[in-house]
Amino acid sequence: MPITINDTPHELPDDPRVSLLDFLRHHAGLTGTKKGCDHGQCGACTVLVNGMRINSCLSLAVMHDGDSVTTIEGLGTPDAPSALQKAFVEHDGYQCGYCTPGQICSATAMMQEIANGWPSDASDDLEGPIKPSADEIRERMSGNLCRCGAYANIVAAIAEVAAEDAQ
Amino acid sequence: MEQDKPNRECLLDKTPQATLGKPLSRSEGLAKVTGTAPYAAEYPIADCLEGVLVTAPFARGTIDSIDKDTCLAMEGVVAVIDDERLTSRPAQGTAGEAPVQKPRQIDYFGQPFALVVAETFEQARHAAKHLEFTFTADDLSQVSFDPEGTESERQEETRQGDLAHAMAEAKHAVDARITTAGHASAAMEPHAAIAEWDGSNLTVHASLQMLNYNISEIADSLGMEEDNIRLISRYVGGGFGSKLGISQECLAASLAAMTLEKPVRVVLSRQQVFQNIMRRSETTQRLRLAAGADGALNGFGHEGLVSNLPKESFAEPILQSSQFLYSGENRLLGLDVARVHRMTAGSVRAPGEAVGMPALEVAMDMLAEETGVDPVELRLRNIPDAHPVEGTPFSSHKLAECLKQAADSFGWEAGPRKPRQRREGEWWIGTGMASAARVHNISKAKARVTLKPDGTALVETDMTDIGTGTYTILGQLAGEMLGLPREKVLVELGDTRFPRGSGSGGSWGASSVGSAVYVACQGLRRELASRAGVNEDDVSLKDGRIANGPSLVDLLDGKDLSEEGFYEPGDIDDDFVAAGFGAYFAQVRVNRFTGETRVDRMTGAFGFGRVLNQKTARSQCQGGMVWSIGVALTEALHFDPQDGHLVNCDLAEYHVPVNRDVPELDVIMVEERDPAASPIQAKGIGELGMCGGAAAIANAIYNASGARVMDFPMTPDRVLAAMP
Repeated sequence: MPITINDTPHELPDDPRVSLLDFLRHHAGLTGTKKGCDHGQCGACTVLVNGMRINSCLSLAVMHDGDSVTTIEGLGTPDAPSALQKAFVEHDGYQCGYCTPGQICSATAMMQEIANGWPSDASDDLEGPIKPSADEIRERMSGNLCRCGAYANIVAAIAEVAAEDAQ
Repeated sequence: MEQDKPNRECLLDKTPQATLGKPLSRSEGLAKVTGTAPYAAEYPIADCLEGVLVTAPFARGTIDSIDKDTCLAMEGVVAVIDDERLTSRPAQGTAGEAPVQKPRQIDYFGQPFALVVAETFEQARHAAKHLEFTFTADDLSQVSFDPEGTESERQEETRQGDLAHAMAEAKHAVDARITTAGHASAAMEPHAAIAEWDGSNLTVHASLQMLNYNISEIADSLGMEEDNIRLISRYVGGGFGSKLGISQECLAASLAAMTLEKPVRVVLSRQQVFQNIMRRSETTQRLRLAAGADGALNGFGHEGLVSNLPKESFAEPILQSSQFLYSGENRLLGLDVARVHRMTAGSVRAPGEAVGMPALEVAMDMLAEETGVDPVELRLRNIPDAHPVEGTPFSSHKLAECLKQAADSFGWEAGPRKPRQRREGEWWIGTGMASAARVHNISKAKARVTLKPDGTALVETDMTDIGTGTYTILGQLAGEMLGLPREKVLVELGDTRFPRGSGSGGSWGASSVGSAVYVACQGLRRELASRAGVNEDDVSLKDGRIANGPSLVDLLDGKDLSEEGFYEPGDIDDDFVAAGFGAYFAQVRVNRFTGETRVDRMTGAFGFGRVLNQKTARSQCQGGMVWSIGVALTEALHFDPQDGHLVNCDLAEYHVPVNRDVPELDVIMVEERDPAASPIQAKGIGELGMCGGAAAIANAIYNASGARVMDFPMTPDRVLAAMP
């Protein structure tokens, strides 16, 4: 079974050493997913696999037989950006833009994790519904480094979309 | 134009378009958030080979032989490049000439000396890891790694009066030894290059900040003419000084492409970025402050020891703002450099003030305590009227206003202060403040502005946008001058086929290249006025028309109208001291059992001339404040004292601030005009946000917990040990 990326099927690579990240960038031509450290330390390569966020650099492509991968290109386009993509532009939730696709993929999945009621270190309670407070967002987005220091704006962008979703 | 005198009558305050300064979103924003903006390694180039650098596992010595044959027999390998022209160090910012080459002579642990090229990245990485070579490493007892205990040379010195005497006679004196750790830029995008060679012309897609200098560096390294080289850097995934000069991947990709006559991509691994690219030097600083009963400074001393490799001219310029920030008749400022075999030291965001200002501002806090004068008041009392040694006037000076506005917004309680006054559970809570100062830099720059027959404009320069907002603000500037809404202006950057800009560095990009755009637009306005038969001074352009006159489309009559603007700073440098000023206030909590510090809130006020875009300028200030948190609490390069290797060469061990380390940041932009700084009356803002901010946090740690830590970063172990 091939791997599906943004609803398009792709054949898996012959070389088992190819990481999912390099497969996306070099084989599938989807360079929106970024390589920052190749060691799972920076979050720039975050993509969604079957709806869950992972560091694609820490995973080999051949492990994803049959999986459905969504990258930043699958979340929206310049003509039809997602709500989060628009909010990042409006709130200046980036500067150089290199960590940005990873931030947005991560935030997309994170909002679902909050909706699912999965607690974090910032949660007051392990049970019951969780509000997307600024502290929750900060904690849950701390796996995505931004060296330009756009964190305050990233939180504002995500908080705005989370508030809209809650309505 | 050459600027020899202040530009007091700036057109930008009279033009009616009113787009400049507006908080517009970045024009390239959608490309960035949808992953469609191409960074250096991402250009789709057919049949591109992959190169991986091989680095030395020792600190000093020579590579004697390389077993190419075994490597070439490995799957997919096409070449092992060990050309003598490979660069062994990055070029310093604005070098404009080849950095140190001769890669087989090893000067620091992790220095690259060869490139393995293969058909795929996986093959190249595997072969590079298994490349066999022989080497002669120098006896480690003969190699200096630690600047302390290594002989140093004095790089610069300013003496006035007799500081030692002033210290001895002073009513209040502070003599403090403060250290700061080495830092890495750690831009998110690793250094990368794709080189293409057509037999006579070289094209390099690279991640660089200053193409105008970088093209000269590549040409000189290769022994080629600049006319045969094209550099492209449309998107740069962060620079912070690390991409000012070319680094090892540029020449490696170029030489491989020229040898193999095929395109070659070289991307540094994160570990190679840490091991090869510029570090900020660690510093040991001595601050001496002599004051009267009222806190007025009579003596000011700031001396420091920094390090670099042999043959490097760069020395972390920690004294830059200390030269003029505070008064004090008796002065001694001195900078020493020790030669050590760590990787090249060079510019990391805000070279100098990033670490010099925090040390000075901790000493000022100690003086405030010593004199019993409120820390804000102490600074206000010591703002000089002019440069304390040279007597030169300031071009503009917003320190007092920034101190007052930030104190007000933060809710600073003025008066004498005592540590350990507030506790919540296991946390001590306290506040601290510091001044900000950063010298103003500016450079010559060119830009071309073309009015198109359809009434739109095109701005072209090889200037880069490294996340600073250049695409957006240059469009706003041209729009303002030509009477066009921002969306009618297309800005093309990062290609050496365009006129040479200033490059991005030293916070000089916006004011330098912005002034070139301003000059070009002045030329276009003159021509439009002449065509419309209006006096140049009376011409008013808005929404594509001359007020009460013809439209631009009519005036252009189906043809392009183009003007190249050239700006160059003139003798004005000698007449004024130009700098950005500001103030930081921070509230922290310090855990009484673990020594952990968390920043609860932070306020910064900054005066940096005209604000070109409220949104992107604010983001720059915030970014600087985030770096202040890193300098204060977490960032430090750690070297092995035995063999000199960098121990924490990745993002798991070198701790840049993460989202949860950063609270809401209150930014106040104290709007001003600085006619002597640049024709557009703007100064830099990319660095000012981190020029002292770490001290506000350090001083808050003291106020909260009573721990007066003298070493940055203030990690839990250090805070705990210093707590009473």
